[in-house]
Amino acid sequence: MSTSTQAAPAATPPTAGAPLPSSPGRTGPAGRSWRESLVGYAFVSPNLVLLVLFLFVPLVSAILMSFQDVSSFGPSSWVGIDNYRRLLSEDVFWRTLTNTLVFTLATVPTSIAIGLVLAVLLDTAVPARTVLRTIIFVPIVISGLVVALIGLLMFDEGVGMLNGMLAAVGIDDARWQTDGTLAMVSVVVMTVWTRVGFAMVIYLAALQDVPREIHEAAQVDGAGAVQRFWWVTVPMLSAPTFFLVVMNIIWSFQVFDIVYVMTGGGPGNDTEMLVTYAYDQGFGPTRDFGYGSTIGVVIFLLTLVVVVLRLHRERREARSGGVR
Amino acid sequence: MSRWVRFLVVAVVCAVMLFPLYCMLVVAFTPRDALFDSGAQLWPDAFTTENFTRLFDRFPVGTWFLNSVMVAGITTALSVTVNLLAGYALAKLRFLGRDAVFVLIISTMMIPAQAIMFPQFRTVIDLGLFGTFWAVILPSAATAFGIFLARQFLLAIPDELIEAATMDGAGQVRIFLRIVLPLCKPLIAVLVLLAFMAQWNDFLWPLIALKDPALYTLPVSLRFLQGQYDADYGGLMAAALITCLPLVLLFVLLQRYFVQGLARTGIK
Repeated sequence: MSTSTQAAPAATPPTAGAPLPSSPGRTGPAGRSWRESLVGYAFVSPNLVLLVLFLFVPLVSAILMSFQDVSSFGPSSWVGIDNYRRLLSEDVFWRTLTNTLVFTLATVPTSIAIGLVLAVLLDTAVPARTVLRTIIFVPIVISGLVVALIGLLMFDEGVGMLNGMLAAVGIDDARWQTDGTLAMVSVVVMTVWTRVGFAMVIYLAALQDVPREIHEAAQVDGAGAVQRFWWVTVPMLSAPTFFLVVMNIIWSFQVFDIVYVMTGGGPGNDTEMLVTYAYDQGFGPTRDFGYGSTIGVVIFLLTLVVVVLRLHRERREARSGGVR
Repeated sequence: MSRWVRFLVVAVVCAVMLFPLYCMLVVAFTPRDALFDSGAQLWPDAFTTENFTRLFDRFPVGTWFLNSVMVAGITTALSVTVNLLAGYALAKLRFLGRDAVFVLIISTMMIPAQAIMFPQFRTVIDLGLFGTFWAVILPSAATAFGIFLARQFLLAIPDELIEAATMDGAGQVRIFLRIVLPLCKPLIAVLVLLAFMAQWNDFLWPLIALKDPALYTLPVSLRFLQGQYDADYGGLMAAALITCLPLVLLFVLLQRYFVQGLARTGIK
């Protein structure tokens, strides 16, 4: 799967665990006949072959590679936990990890909160509702590379649009490209831009499920709009919110396109992220696949933690009976 | 809040959302000299299509565009086919170890592409695919998420329909083609859009898997142009516009399916 994380939130599979198979009607005790099993496997196998070849095998080899000294083409040799030791002792690694977490903390709540507000506003009768929804959604279908280049243009310190506008209100020469904090801000802004629409769509779908009667009942009881939002709508949105948090965290761990093109991880290492760092280690001058894979394993483990959290919550909800 | 206040709030947000696209559009049509002299203007004194002609004169933009169409098209056709087949089997056929296969497939959703790019690169080399379109197409063809969507959709098709056809002596292939497939149109629309969009926009993997500039897809060519143009934003934005315009148009036309597809991702 090579879905670019920034560009195509839709197609990045929800890494979190899906519900366990519910039993459809025709599930009997094992297959009726070998023939039927054979047909079943014939239908599944094209997919299975691709998944095994391009996902399972690489996952296992990524873990193995992280214990090896291996460059892109040359032979490899086992080095035990050397790569991990190096990783833990390296300031740059901790810097990239911190940056990735800061990026996550900055992007996730912002995108979800803006998406929620827009969904609530657009769920009601608003003039030109469809057009407005379309506009908010459009950035989702735009390639991460295009987003990054537009970001580069807007935040350019020489010819950029933003500094021209800021100068008009008296803020001169914001150093988007040379100041580490501002560089991070610029990357976060462009990322949030691409994610707001997704949160809005998920919330709009969820809001359809909030029964109107409850709202009406609350209104009869004298609850104002804000109170109704807080006490009726918000509690009903906890499942989609959790879903969005999980998805957005995972995308944030995997950020690449925008950072790679807009800042190249700079200035210094101020915006270097786990994936850009892994990419540089493996496909940069040193071609150190072993070390790159070690960083890859870290990304995988981080993802796993989030997925386990989600599974845990889903199981708890299933047990308490209320899924939504 | 009255509806006009709500409208105003959302309209302001929309203006902000449109701003980056507006920047791209304006700069793509700003003369190069004007950009160098006075920076990017919100409303330049003159407009030109020179950025586009220069771009097409110097670079094989048409080829890149066709590459993208071909890669995204083949990936979509392949992935929709294999995902539908697998989804059908997992929803409607009984076979030994079916649930185990489903869990196995679904668990691949938690493998981040970025964590396995190095061994994937080696796999592609070992298979002799490095630098070819197949290196880009095959790894993105099978998506657990696509199978998941397909299975969910197909579970809703009544078993009786399939049983009746079986009674009549139809084989599974025939049932799939004649009975199931015609019922799947909305599902197929969603799968096509999601797969096409993902592959059209993908950057990291094509960057790794392709080496010959003649075979670049649009996002990879943008990165290449960025190196060639060195802050000539006019040319870059012209290329960026060409890259994102087809999907934006497609989206505006088919937004119902896009939104459906995305909203479905939130369904538990």
